[in-house]
Amino acid sequence: MKRARLLAVVFLGLVTVSSVLASVLAPAHYSHQFRDDPDAACSWHHPLGTDDLGRDRFSRLLYGTRVSLFLAPAAALISTILAALIGGIAVFSNKWAEQAVMSVTDLFLSLPWLFLVITIRALLPLNVAPLTSVIITFALLGSLGWAGAARVVCADTRRLCESDFMLHARASGFTGFRLLWRHLLPNLRPVLLAQFWISIPVFILSETNLSILGLGVAEPLPSWGSLLRELEGFSLLSARPWQFASLILLVATVSCFHVAMQSEEA
Amino acid sequence: MSTLVKCAARTLLVVIIAGFLGATLVRLAPGYGVAEEELDARLNADSVQALRDAHRDRGTIFSFYLRVAQRMLHGDLGFSDAMQEPVRQLIAERFPETLKSVGFGLSLGWAIGLSLAILSVTARSAAVDVGTGLLATLALCTPAAVLALLCVLAQAPGRIVIAATIFPKVFQYGRNLLLKNAALPHVLSAHARGLGRSRIFLRHTVPLAAPQLLAVAGVTVGIAFTTAIPVEALCDMPGIGQLAWKAALARDLELLVILTMIVATVTLVANSTAELLGKAAAHR
Amino acid sequence: MKLSWIRPSLVTIAALMAACAASAAPGASELRFCIGAQPKTFNPLLVDDDASETVRYLTGGVLVRLDRNSQKLLPELATSWTINRDGSAITFVLRENVRFSDGTSFSADDVAYTMQKLMDPNLHSPTGDAFRSREGTVSTKVVGKSRITVTFPGPIVGLDRLFDQVAIMSATSPKKEMAVLGPYYVSENKAGAYLLLDRNPNYWKHDPGGRQLPYIDRVRLDVQQNRDIEALRMSRGEIDFINSLNAESFEALKSKAPQDVLDAGVGLDSEQMWFNQVPASPLPDYKKAWFTSNSFRRAISSSIRRDDLVRVVFKGHAQPAVSFISPANKFWFNQKLQPHAFDSQAALRALNADGFQMQNGTLHDRAGHPVEFSLITNAGNKDRERMAAMIQQDLAAIGIRLNVVTLDFPSLIERITRTFNYEACLLGLVNDDLDPNTQMNIWLSSAENHQWNPGQKTPATPWEAEIDRLMREQASTLDAKKRKQDVDRVQEIVWEQQPFIYLVNKNALSAVSPNLHNVHPAVLRPQIYWNIDQLTLGNEVATAH
Repeated sequence: MKRARLLAVVFLGLVTVSSVLASVLAPAHYSHQFRDDPDAACSWHHPLGTDDLGRDRFSRLLYGTRVSLFLAPAAALISTILAALIGGIAVFSNKWAEQAVMSVTDLFLSLPWLFLVITIRALLPLNVAPLTSVIITFALLGSLGWAGAARVVCADTRRLCESDFMLHARASGFTGFRLLWRHLLPNLRPVLLAQFWISIPVFILSETNLSILGLGVAEPLPSWGSLLRELEGFSLLSARPWQFASLILLVATVSCFHVAMQSEEA
Repeated sequence: MSTLVKCAARTLLVVIIAGFLGATLVRLAPGYGVAEEELDARLNADSVQALRDAHRDRGTIFSFYLRVAQRMLHGDLGFSDAMQEPVRQLIAERFPETLKSVGFGLSLGWAIGLSLAILSVTARSAAVDVGTGLLATLALCTPAAVLALLCVLAQAPGRIVIAATIFPKVFQYGRNLLLKNAALPHVLSAHARGLGRSRIFLRHTVPLAAPQLLAVAGVTVGIAFTTAIPVEALCDMPGIGQLAWKAALARDLELLVILTMIVATVTLVANSTAELLGKAAAHR
Repeated sequence: MKLSWIRPSLVTIAALMAACAASAAPGASELRFCIGAQPKTFNPLLVDDDASETVRYLTGGVLVRLDRNSQKLLPELATSWTINRDGSAITFVLRENVRFSDGTSFSADDVAYTMQKLMDPNLHSPTGDAFRSREGTVSTKVVGKSRITVTFPGPIVGLDRLFDQVAIMSATSPKKEMAVLGPYYVSENKAGAYLLLDRNPNYWKHDPGGRQLPYIDRVRLDVQQNRDIEALRMSRGEIDFINSLNAESFEALKSKAPQDVLDAGVGLDSEQMWFNQVPASPLPDYKKAWFTSNSFRRAISSSIRRDDLVRVVFKGHAQPAVSFISPANKFWFNQKLQPHAFDSQAALRALNADGFQMQNGTLHDRAGHPVEFSLITNAGNKDRERMAAMIQQDLAAIGIRLNVVTLDFPSLIERITRTFNYEACLLGLVNDDLDPNTQMNIWLSSAENHQWNPGQKTPATPWEAEIDRLMREQASTLDAKKRKQDVDRVQEIVWEQQPFIYLVNKNALSAVSPNLHNVHPAVLRPQIYWNIDQLTLGNEVATAH
């Protein structure tokens, strides 16, 4: 298991370093269109071929990884923090307040938030830079995606509060913030981490779905979500297996996050 | 009994609020009250104006919602502008398809998840443990939308995606639960007394896990339902997921309000059931 | 008493068996293809979406039908017709002994009923609006069972051709619009999934050998929104044709089965962009000044590499566009005009002459504002998203920063028709008719679809006033030569002023299974099945010819 964890951490490190060094490693700028070479196959010039506009797919994958690898976890972090806060409030407050908080959580799970995203996009100026637009999109996704995690956190917090070691801690005189910081949070960490990692692919894909509605990453900036849209061209996929590169990288990266996390928990 | 009544009352209240907030979100979103047909060059100015008037706001959001509520009390769910059909008829036509998808996905997901969890716990082989874990991790990390696209490519039914979303959760929870139960003192003492492994597993480990697994079943119903929406939209399956997507794109207020209320009801009922079962399990 | 359930059960089983036998009649042929959405209506007078249009074409009986290949009108339910001298009245002589799909007799009263319904001002029918040239009522005069005269308040150019879109409804059938005169009738509708159209047993048309048409027994229309899945299903042989393909799917299918794809050459549809010139729009004044400047618009147009758009986005299956009339429209297209050539140096010179200056690789206007604007287009249309990305790079070469914003359709429509809060827009024009008169609601400055500056009380510019005059003039005369002169001049003005920057005209691309015979692809809609009653499937080919 240690070896698996090491491998996962090395892989994650490699992915992070290559995305940070995208400007050095990429054969071309992500927006440069080699118009004489659209839909090219893999070659020395284009290790993963080119997309339908002749843009080097490897370069776009490197830059896209930078966008997704930093913004999706940022959104996941926002949603996990909100989930921890709201789930915690629900348990630490009285029964009535807990019911109210849980009802709000259920409400959040069932509302068509898509329209809020559309409304926010409409309020933004059209000339906003692609990076700013994508940061706002991810921040919004993060602040709306806490409800599912909050239920899990709430259930786990309740279980912990009723556990023997918490009773011991209370009996030993721990109260308030110290009880929370020294006993509850360390024991909640695995649940929070699990929610954090699970949210990452969810946010990456939410961004893809939003880009179908025009609310994702704007051209020419790449992201894993926008690169995954290439998979929609079903009829061409069998002829261009390298289009799966972004999917393989996404699955491999998130799987490595999971392996690293599970080992840490173990 | 009083817990059930409270639960039902809470569900009803949240569903009503969800319907109202859903309507507010749609009503305030840009593009509400416009029709694609306005760009039809054959239409003259009067017809364009008539189209605009037909789609123009129907009073305030409060009065709209009050009208919807009054109609609902008489069993009328309204009329869908985008689909040009009564909402009740649309739901009646589409809901069975979604139910079938969710039923199939849940059954398959649970069958695979539990089988793998049992295999992983009982096989006592590192290779099986790593293999089943890897399979579950891969399913968990591959986005449902991508799985849906792959299903289309492989000519597989889109319902498999729901199963693929459910099974890793069932597997992980089931495996942890079975492992935890296997380490309980009375199970260990049964081992010490020389009882057979399968007998211990069936008589001691599984019965202990059953109520908690039942609680998870409630949660997975909610997950299956919410997964069905993008899957149906991507795989062009004629269920309420596809309907919701089309209604959202067309800003179909009356249809969206009802769909929001349905999604809210399913989510709440699933979560409340899971909660009640969980509590019942804890008391045992 | 105990056996009381047996009889109903037997009846049910017998009914089920009969239904199975009917649905799987031995040798029954079924044509399968996809529609993009559930039809919004089965009322032929209210049709305004592609899916409903398809159902209307397959089920509706019309008085005259336009042969999509020869582009000539052919008699259908009318055996002959005459238009009066000023083009305001048309008299039809109708075919006799014709019945609707439910057995109701067809007569001139049904035509009168259909026209009265169609021209009801409260119906707001797009088909009906095409007949409205001026205010007033439409009258019908029925002479016997088979002769009718329809009189309009004023002359209508191309009056007889408009009847190609008018499906005749029964005045008396209890089935209302579901009783039809076309080759098929709607037999089953599974919402969101499929529609089954069965052969109309009372269809009037027979082949020269006396066999009743259509040859194909049933048409199955699968509702399939995703065009990529549609192409995938075509490659698997699950459907028999795709009426209109995008270039990417066309190439993909071509690589697998080159014999299945058809490129009928340049079609009538165009892709264009335009700048917001609405005086009341919330844009800053300096941007309004750019967008209303002819030099600016022409410079942008000259900076776009249309050849690259054709080659990269449309894989060669398009042509650089010239004007609002496609070169496919041979009679009305102004042959003197050429597409605007790419010349970024000339564009920069023109911009310099207009006060724009290049500073550190960025273009600035006279007041020092960097030239940056946004281009909105509808999300989900891959071709448009690609075109926008290419235009972005083309304009970057002359120091202009273009921000591409994709919006879902309702949001986009709200911006271009209500709030006017946009700078430039990229959309396409779907053209169903060869006659430019059908574009009156785009070119008249007072029209709502005069996109760059709609609903003007008086024309904002002299050239728009000139276009108004010419379009009204061509609509008021039946002299084809005079009309052609007027429309040629409008094309010249549009070419010079570029209120719409025309980019490409797409080719009419389709795919047809080798199993489907007697197909004669056309550039006019519906490209593949316009002769639906003549199509045959599989081994039926021998009997059809």
